[in-house]
Amino acid sequence: MMLIPCPWCGPRDESEFHYGGQAGVAYPAEPDALSDSEWAKYLFFRENPKGPFRERWSHSAGCRRWFSLVRDTVTNEVLR
Amino acid sequence: MAGGLVDHPDRLWRNPEPAAAYDVIVVGGGGHGLATAYYLAKNHGITNVAVLEKGWLAGGNMARNTTIIRSNYLWDESAGIYEHSLKLWEGLEQELDYPILFSQRGVLNLAHSLQDVRDSVRRVHANRLNGIDAEWLDPAQVREICPIINISPDVRYPVHGATYQPRAGIAKHDHVAWAYARAADALGVDLIQDCEVTGLQISGGRVTGVHTTRGTIGAGRVALSAAGHTSVVARMAGIDLPLQSHPLQALVSELLEPVHPTVVMSNAVHVYVSQAHKGELVMGAGIDTWNGYGQRGAFHIIERQMAAALELFPFFARAHVLRTWGGIVDVTPDASPIVGLSEVDGLFLNCGWGTGGFKATPGVGWCYAHTVAHGEPHPLNAPFSLERFVTGALVDEHGAAAVAH
Repeated sequence: MMLIPCPWCGPRDESEFHYGGQAGVAYPAEPDALSDSEWAKYLFFRENPKGPFRERWSHSAGCRRWFSLVRDTVTNEVLR
Repeated sequence: MAGGLVDHPDRLWRNPEPAAAYDVIVVGGGGHGLATAYYLAKNHGITNVAVLEKGWLAGGNMARNTTIIRSNYLWDESAGIYEHSLKLWEGLEQELDYPILFSQRGVLNLAHSLQDVRDSVRRVHANRLNGIDAEWLDPAQVREICPIINISPDVRYPVHGATYQPRAGIAKHDHVAWAYARAADALGVDLIQDCEVTGLQISGGRVTGVHTTRGTIGAGRVALSAAGHTSVVARMAGIDLPLQSHPLQALVSELLEPVHPTVVMSNAVHVYVSQAHKGELVMGAGIDTWNGYGQRGAFHIIERQMAAALELFPFFARAHVLRTWGGIVDVTPDASPIVGLSEVDGLFLNCGWGTGGFKATPGVGWCYAHTVAHGEPHPLNAPFSLERFVTGALVDEHGAAAVAH
């Protein structure tokens, strides 16, 4: 079980959190202008690095707020 | 010992040095890679083939899965490739001349709600239309097949019935890998262990070789079969894939007398359980939610799957956990695999099997070898192209596949 640093509540057990996947995936600025393959990229493609990964977490059993952190996907060390 | 040391048994395959180049390089020496190499040689006469494995043969997910084999998937596309695979399983011991302990003890997929019942009956009909054996059983019939399931109506999620596929079962995963490895080796395939691919050589949009920890090796075609690490390898060719790698955990109990005659899967309570030939109860459930490459997951996931198992099998309460472990599974958005061509000429993709790759081993080996040999997909893997994420022709097995992911 990971200990995840909630920016508001401090370190808490992983089981209090909900995972949100890659951070910083913005809704397309001009949705009408997107091709099918650009839509596919936005809907289905996410980074899947072996190593540091910037990702979203929600402290769903605590303050219920979303935040981002960088975690190493091999060691599970929270880097920032 | 009076006679001195016992001779080491004969090796099942050579352990060759890599050659300068091959017609086909398969990246990943797991079940899929080994089966692909075997069928390339057997079905297509392509024997100048190397399988490159960064660790030891079949030490990844092939050594970590729960060995369940079934073909009772909802959608026609899935039924096609998994049933092809099951038919190959049924003749595999003879084909490879090696004991793989394939045991067709059947699988029960339990229904715990009215919606489960409707979905399950629908799946039974879909399976039958595809020529796959499937039955709907009421709770009393479930207990006839598997007397240790608690079918009491008083539990939180009572068993309302189950689908049953009698031809489903389990096999001994290591033996399957060894059987394919030995047979591929005998046909001339080089199995090269301790050889990690560190880069892909691409020239004019065509793959020409691979860089490895044991030097650069030329290749006419390169077939990726790297499961949870596919994103990492594909990235070396500049290819992005709709994959997320997650830990998937499983566990075994201490050895018990034979108590569990079949395979039981429950989506709602969420555990799947069989009993290995040796006697351990083998259990698995869902992935850890976060992306991870560490081949381990969190213990609360294990606790949850054991709680689920106890709900269904109260008498497991006195069985001890012997060991738990994790593998890395690559999951696609529609929970179906990607098997086919890539944007780089001569570079082929086999990935995204998520939690269901073991059962597909013979089937995907057969179809992927065809794809690599002909440069175009076999009809059974044509629906599983990468393009489906652009066209929208998804094969949505989330939930439909009789197991949650």
